[in-house]
Amino acid sequence: MADEKIAVYFCHCGSNIGGKVDVEKVTAWAAEQPNVVVSREYKYMCSDPGQDLIKDDIQKLGVNRVVVAACSPTMHEPTFRKAAADAGLNPFLLQMANVREHCSWVTEDKDEATEKAKRILSAQIHRLPFNQPLDPIEVPVNPAVMVVGGGIAGIEAALKLSATGKKVFLVERNPSIGGHMAMFDKTFPTLDCAACILTPKMSAAGKDPNITMLAYSEVEEVDGYVGNFKVKVRKKARYVNTDTCTGCAACQDACVVRKVPSEFDQGLGKRTAIYIPFPQAVPLRATIDPTNCLTLKGKKCKQPCTTACGPQAIDFDQQDEVLDLEVGAIIMATGFELWDPTPETRYSYGKFDNVITSLEFERISNASGPTGGHITLKNGEAPKSVAILHCVGSRDENFQEHCSRVCCMYSLKFSHLIKEHLPETEVYECYIDMRTYGKGYEEFYKRLMDEGVHMVRGRAGEVSNVALSPEEEGHLIVKVEDTLLGIVRRIPVDMVILSSGLAPAHDAKEVSQIFGFGCSANGFYLERHPKLEPVSTVTDGIFIAGCCQYPKDIPDTVAQAGAAAACALALVDNPTVKVEPTISYIDPEKCAGCHICVSVCPHAAIQYNEEKGVAEVITAACKGCGVCVAACGSNVPQQAGYLDEQIFAEIEGAMAL
Amino acid sequence: MKRYLYYPGCSAEATGKAYDISTRALMEKLGTALIELDDWNCCGATSYFSVRELDSFAIAARNLSIAQQMGDDELCVICNACYTTLAKANRYMAESPEVFDAVQGALGAVGRTYDGNVKVRHIMDILVNDIGLEEFGSRVERRLTGLRVAPYYGCQFSRPMGEFDDVQMPTTMDRLFQATGADVITDFDAKTDCCGGMMMLTRSDAALRLCHELLTCARQGGADVIVAACPLCEMNLEGYQPLVNKTFGTDFDIPVMYFTQLAGLALGVDPKKLAIDKQVVSCDRVVAAIPA
Repeated sequence: MADEKIAVYFCHCGSNIGGKVDVEKVTAWAAEQPNVVVSREYKYMCSDPGQDLIKDDIQKLGVNRVVVAACSPTMHEPTFRKAAADAGLNPFLLQMANVREHCSWVTEDKDEATEKAKRILSAQIHRLPFNQPLDPIEVPVNPAVMVVGGGIAGIEAALKLSATGKKVFLVERNPSIGGHMAMFDKTFPTLDCAACILTPKMSAAGKDPNITMLAYSEVEEVDGYVGNFKVKVRKKARYVNTDTCTGCAACQDACVVRKVPSEFDQGLGKRTAIYIPFPQAVPLRATIDPTNCLTLKGKKCKQPCTTACGPQAIDFDQQDEVLDLEVGAIIMATGFELWDPTPETRYSYGKFDNVITSLEFERISNASGPTGGHITLKNGEAPKSVAILHCVGSRDENFQEHCSRVCCMYSLKFSHLIKEHLPETEVYECYIDMRTYGKGYEEFYKRLMDEGVHMVRGRAGEVSNVALSPEEEGHLIVKVEDTLLGIVRRIPVDMVILSSGLAPAHDAKEVSQIFGFGCSANGFYLERHPKLEPVSTVTDGIFIAGCCQYPKDIPDTVAQAGAAAACALALVDNPTVKVEPTISYIDPEKCAGCHICVSVCPHAAIQYNEEKGVAEVITAACKGCGVCVAACGSNVPQQAGYLDEQIFAEIEGAMAL
Repeated sequence: MKRYLYYPGCSAEATGKAYDISTRALMEKLGTALIELDDWNCCGATSYFSVRELDSFAIAARNLSIAQQMGDDELCVICNACYTTLAKANRYMAESPEVFDAVQGALGAVGRTYDGNVKVRHIMDILVNDIGLEEFGSRVERRLTGLRVAPYYGCQFSRPMGEFDDVQMPTTMDRLFQATGADVITDFDAKTDCCGGMMMLTRSDAALRLCHELLTCARQGGADVIVAACPLCEMNLEGYQPLVNKTFGTDFDIPVMYFTQLAGLALGVDPKKLAIDKQVVSCDRVVAAIPA
C-alpha cells in the first residue's frame, strides 16, 4: 500500500459546514495524515470549479484515492464519483465523509464540531487504502410499470405511461378506481363537477389496452430491484365473474341485505351486500361483500341475485387469486384518509347528529349522494345556519402538526355550495389563517366574502348543546374566540361541518415497508429529497405521487402524477440499468454449506448449490444489504465495498484521535 | 397499612376545609393512612407563576424537598391547582437545567435540596389506580343508585399534562362513581370547563358567566348533585349560585359536593365526619336520596 496517494477536499457548503467547523484547521490537519498528498478546502465542492479541483489533482498529481468531506452521500456521492470517473479514477476509490448531517448540523459547539469533523474524516482516510476498484453491474430493464392506487394520481400516471406505449398494471384496493375525487361534488376554485372531469379519465383507463386493471386487489409482496421488480398481487374474490358481469345492477336490486352502510357515501347512504359502489364505477362490475352476504356467511338465502343475473355471473365458490407480476418500475399513489375527528372530543363528532365531517358533506351536497344533493340535517330539514370549523386534526400538536393544505379551499367551496343551494342560510367559517395559495384561490376567497359568508378568525373551542339563552335553544353552539373582535362568541347553528385534515392511510407504514422505503415523521411516504426529488423514494425504481406523499390539491396531484410517470419512463425506456456493485460474494473454498445465509437473505438472493455443497449469491438479485455477512458463523460472505478490513480501518480511523 | 404523604394545601385550612376533612375520613375508612407533610407552604397556585415564574417553582419545590427529606417518593395532593403547580415545578426542573439549578440555589439558601424525583399524585389517581375500582366498589355500603351525578373535574385536573387521564375528556371520576352505582352524567359537556377561578374576585362578570354555563349544563344533564375535585371550583359553583341567579335571572339550587364527600357517603362514612353540614347549598336532599 506504499503508493496510495490520497486527496482530501473539505467543503464549506456555504456556512452550512463552514459556520460550525474550523475548515482551515481541519484541512491543515488532514494534510499531515498518512498517505495524504493534498488537502484542500472549497466553498462549494459540488460546483463545477469544485469538481474540477478533484479532476485536476487526479490527472496532474496522480492522486488515486479521494475523500470528499461534505454532505451526506445520499446527496452528492454520485456527483463526486462521476467527477472521479471522468478523470479516469474508478469511482469506488472515492469516499464521502459526511461532516454536514452527521456533524455541523447537529453539533452546537464549534470546537466540538471541529474535533468531530476530524474523526469523521480520519475514518475515511484510514479506510481508503483498502478500497478496491469496482465496476457497476448492468442489468436488463423490464419495460412494464405498476401503479399502486387508482385515485386521480394513479389514473393520471397510468394514462401518461400508457400513452408512451408502456404496459401498466393499475392496482386498486377497492372494487372501483376513482379514489376520493370520485366522491366530491364540485372542485375548487373553478367549481367544475368532479365527476365530469374524472369519469372520462376513469373510463379511458378502464378501456386502455395497455392498462391491466387490477381493481379489488392488493400488493402482498415486492421483491427484486430497480428495473426488475417481482410483485405478488392478491386479486380478492368478488364472487362475481368479471368477464361475464355486465354491470347491469339487477343483482343489486334483487339483494335482500339492503342496509349495509355505503363506504362510498361515508355511511350516510346504504348499499346492498352485492353492490356496485357508485354508478360510474370502473370496472363497472358487481362485488359481493362476504361480511354481509347471507350465503357467504353460511346463512339461509334464496339467492335472488343469482336468479336476477342474466349472464349467470355470480360464483359463490370464487377464490382469491395471487398473481406474480414483473415490472421495471413502480409508482405509489395510495392516497390519504380523512382524519377521524372522534378523538377531538370537544367538537362532539359522533355525539351530535348534525356535526359532520367534510367528506360527509361532500356526499350530502353531491347530486348522486344519499340526499340527492339536497343539503339537509339528519331530520331532513334544511339548515338555517351552518358553521364550518377549520383545522380539525391539522396544525394541532395533539393530533397532526401539519397543515392539510386543501381544507381552507374546500371549506370555502362548501360555503359557496350552501349559499347556492340555500341562499337564506347563514354560513360561518371559523379559521385560524385563511390559506388560499393556489391559482385563482385568493380570488375565490374574495368572491365568498362578497357572497356574504361570515368569516370568524379563531379556532373553534367547543361545540355544545347547552343553551344559555332562548335564541340558543335547540341549536348547536359553536364557542369560538373571534380574535379580530377580541371576544369569545357563541354562535348558534343547525349544522357543524368539521374540516378534517388529511391523514396518512392507516397502513401507510406497513405498505411502505412492503415496498422497501419509509415514511416521514408525519406518517406520509418519504420522498428521496424534499425539493429536488419529490417523486422518488430511497428505493431506486419506486416513485410516489399524490396525497400519499403529503396533502395536496387536485392540480398538484395531477402534476406530480405526470412527474412520476416521466421518472418511471426515464427508467423503463432504457434497455438496461446500472446497479451498484456493492453486493455479496461467497468464496466456495471456505463455505461449509450450513444454509444460514440462505435462510436470512430477505431477497432470496442466495441459493444452495447441491452439487458443490455451497451457497451461491445470485448477482442480479442481491441488494447488498449485508445480512448474510453478519449472519455467517465462519465469516465467509463478504460484501464488495464493505469488506471487514475496510470497516475495521474506518473504526480505527475514527478512534485514532 | 398503605400510607401516603399528604399535602392539604392552604384552601383546605379555610374555604375548602370540608375537602380536607372528608379526604381524611374517606381514606381512614379505606384503611389508608395519610401522613401530613411537615411544615408545608402554599404551592403558589396559578397566580404566583403568572407573575414570577422562577420564584414560584422554588416555593413549590420546597414542599417536594420536604417530602424527599421525609423519605417519600410520592406526595398525595387534593386540590387541582396544587396538583398542577407542584407537578409543573417537577416538569420544568426536569426539562430545563437552568430552572433546576436556580431552584437548587434557592433551596440551598435555606439549607434544602431536591433532586426532582417526588411524584405528585392526585387523590383521585390514588383512589382509582392504586386502591382500585374493584376494591373501592367492594367497600360500598350505601349504593348511590338513581343519584344523577355531574362529575366536574375542572380545568386543571388533567390539563396540561394529562398524566393519568385524558386531557380533554377525563373519565376517572365517572368510573369512580359508576362503581358506587350512581347514575353518572358521562357526557357532562362542561366537565373540564373553567369555573372562573379567582377571577370571581377580579372579574366577577367573566367568572359568573362561566359558572352560569356550568350550572346550566349540569341542570340540562339532570344533575342531582355536582361533585368537584378542587376547592376553588367547589366554592365558585356552590357559593356563588345566589349571585348567578341574581345576575342571570335563574333559579339554581344544585347541591355541590367534594367528590370525597359523596364517595365517603357511599362507603357508609357518617355524614358529620364528611363535613356535609358545612355546605352552603344544603345537601340534605342528596343524603336523603341515598338508600340506607
